[in-house]
Amino acid sequence: MAQELGQLPMGWLLTALIVIVVASGFSIGRIRAERYLIAGGQKFHSRGNYHGYYVAMWGFIPPLLVAGLYVLFAKPTALGLLSSELPEAFHTLSSAELQSYLESVANAAAMGGYSGSDLVFATVTGRYLELWGSLKGATLALMLAGAVTGIMYARRKVSPAFRARLRVERGAEAFLFLCAAIAIATTVGIVASLLYESLRFFAEVPFTDFLFGTRWNAQTSAEFGALPLFFGTFMIALIAMLVAAPVGLFSAIYLSEYASVRTRRYVKPLLEMLAGIPTVVYGFFALLVIAPAVRASALGINSFLIELGAANGPVLAAQPTSALAAGLVMGVMVIPFVSSLSDDVINAVPDSLRDGAFAMGATKSETIKQIILPAALPGIVASMLLAVSRAIGETMIVVMAAGQRARISFDPSTDLTTITVQIVALLTGETEFDSPKTLSAFALGLVLFVVTLIFNLIALRVVQRYRDKYE
Amino acid sequence: MDTTYDPALAGEGADDGQPLLYPRIDCRDVSVFYSGKQAVFDVSLPVFDRSVTALIGPSGCGKSTFLRCLNRMNDTIDGAKVTGEIFMDGENINSSHIDPVLLRSRVGMVFQKPNPFPKSIYDNIAYGPRIHGLVDDRQELDAIVEKSLRRAGLWEEVKDRLGQPGTSLSGGQQQRLCIARAIAVRPEVILMDEPCSSLDPIATARIEELIDELRKRYCIVIVTHSMQQAARVSQRTAFFHLGHLVEMGDTDQIFTSPRERRTEDYITGRFG
Ligand SMILES: Nc1ncnc2c1ncn2[C@@H]1O[C@H](COP(=O)(O)OP(=O)(O)O)[C@@H](O)[C@H]1O
Ligand SMILES: [Mg+2]
Repeated sequence: MAQELGQLPMGWLLTALIVIVVASGFSIGRIRAERYLIAGGQKFHSRGNYHGYYVAMWGFIPPLLVAGLYVLFAKPTALGLLSSELPEAFHTLSSAELQSYLESVANAAAMGGYSGSDLVFATVTGRYLELWGSLKGATLALMLAGAVTGIMYARRKVSPAFRARLRVERGAEAFLFLCAAIAIATTVGIVASLLYESLRFFAEVPFTDFLFGTRWNAQTSAEFGALPLFFGTFMIALIAMLVAAPVGLFSAIYLSEYASVRTRRYVKPLLEMLAGIPTVVYGFFALLVIAPAVRASALGINSFLIELGAANGPVLAAQPTSALAAGLVMGVMVIPFVSSLSDDVINAVPDSLRDGAFAMGATKSETIKQIILPAALPGIVASMLLAVSRAIGETMIVVMAAGQRARISFDPSTDLTTITVQIVALLTGETEFDSPKTLSAFALGLVLFVVTLIFNLIALRVVQRYRDKYE
Repeated sequence: MDTTYDPALAGEGADDGQPLLYPRIDCRDVSVFYSGKQAVFDVSLPVFDRSVTALIGPSGCGKSTFLRCLNRMNDTIDGAKVTGEIFMDGENINSSHIDPVLLRSRVGMVFQKPNPFPKSIYDNIAYGPRIHGLVDDRQELDAIVEKSLRRAGLWEEVKDRLGQPGTSLSGGQQQRLCIARAIAVRPEVILMDEPCSSLDPIATARIEELIDELRKRYCIVIVTHSMQQAARVSQRTAFFHLGHLVEMGDTDQIFTSPRERRTEDYITGRFG
């Protein structure tokens, strides 16, 4: 019986239970409130619906808490109970071995039970399913009991003087807070796990070797000098910004100062669409169109230099994938990050400054160059920082078009690799979770996170100060 | 304050304090349309040199719009169209061969809200002389900055902090900075659009004193919604209503014996 319970689809049951409880709580509260009304008597402080919501709230919260406890603690509890029952023979196992044994038991149970030839394993799995089933049964019973108690409690409160509306308002506020808290908790959780795994990595590989080492060879041998990755990331982001900064800024100036309202209405969304193109599309565009073109021109330059006698061998590497190809395409991708925000800040420069400059006899371009741009500069810088941070974190384009070899080279036609590319490489394919190889991905992730965070924070602060100045 | 005649800074004419009785600016049948909607109707108005002309009237009657015709600032507004003739030194400034950029260096403007550039006090003043190439070296520029600030009565207050941003000054100081900025390009005419409406009474009094001082050298046109101000600072007054010029004349005459009923009603506060 308990084994069958173990197979119950808990997710559906929990949801169904909660829906039923809420619906019945609502109608119970409302009907009770309305009965008072029909009986005549005093005026109600809150309308019938609010009493309904109030009762539903009380029916909802206790089972929700139980469900939360279940999600968090059911599995560890079941496994804990199981391991305390295990026979003598298991006590010789090391804790790591025991852990992985229990893990496979849980997996087998999740698949619906074990029917293979290992009798011991089958027995253990069966027992686990029993324990698990009892837990589920207990949880469902507890939820039901909680819901009923809650509804009973709340139902007694329904009366003309009861301020159900205020209670419901407070409940709604708490619910909204909870949603915000989930987002924050997720961020904190991710950062904490990044930190934790990185610390484990740095326990094995010295911090300075990682940051300043120049040899990266995580796949085959244990060389974790990440400098070439930082270099590659920096180089490609730089190329991208050489494209995006001028193009983005000049289009922003055109849009905000020269374009008519009509043109602006069409061109700005079009530009912003660049940011909406899936990066994988940019990636294969970079790989199939730009990279071959870069290679061809590099080869052309090489033979030209040789013919001139300026060089007696190839000067440029002319690889099939290259930093230049990835950087150029990434530059196009981040143009809207620069243009859109810059356009906003240029627009936010008050017209009174433009009028002032025109009235002094300044021409349009003098006004833009000497008054508008200096006034908007902080915001423009912020837009550039956001673009850089986007470029540093970009993955797909570089995975496809930048290459895999970690090295430091200023030749833009050579292939480079970046932090993001290596994280992908480290975590795809066969990986054991504990090896320094896998852990190094967390360390790289941490670096990436810290760098982009710093850029974003500076950008936000700058924009904030800029807003304060003109509002 | 430096009040001696200085040909490098002054408008034309000697500083004898007497209003000149020939019109510096002569407007004939000026109309303005915003996207086809007429805001100013056939205004003909002479503006005399070395005197202050006040434009008064209820808000929305086209005072600012008319004022902006005098330095072609309406060119910068999408959909605005100006017709009619405005003669300045015998030339119609509305004709197509006039470069508005050059015109604006001869006709300075001060706005309702002080709008110093986000630059230092020094650079605010130096901006105009620099873009118009009025100076050859730093010394000359320093001299212009000092003189303009003196003229605007601001020198004593800011001479030790010329490097600080113009926006760090108080509202009244900022407005005097804007006047100094306009003076620095040696204009002949200065337009002011309600220059005191965002200032407190003390700062207003200072600006009014300043206007009275500047009148000796320049031709000044001021828009104001305060009739007391018009009476205090101007020699000539023009009353606008619904885009029409209703009446104009010597300020004394307008305020004591207006010819038109509407002018009288407005001045005595019966509407507006
Ligand atoms: N930029 C503009 N676009 C369209 N209409 C305008 C613009 N500026 C002013 N107007 C209109 O022109 C008329 C005169 O305005 P304005 O010259 O500002 O009046 P005043 O300065 O006397 O208060 C008003 O009806 C106003 O709505
Ligand atoms: Mg106005």
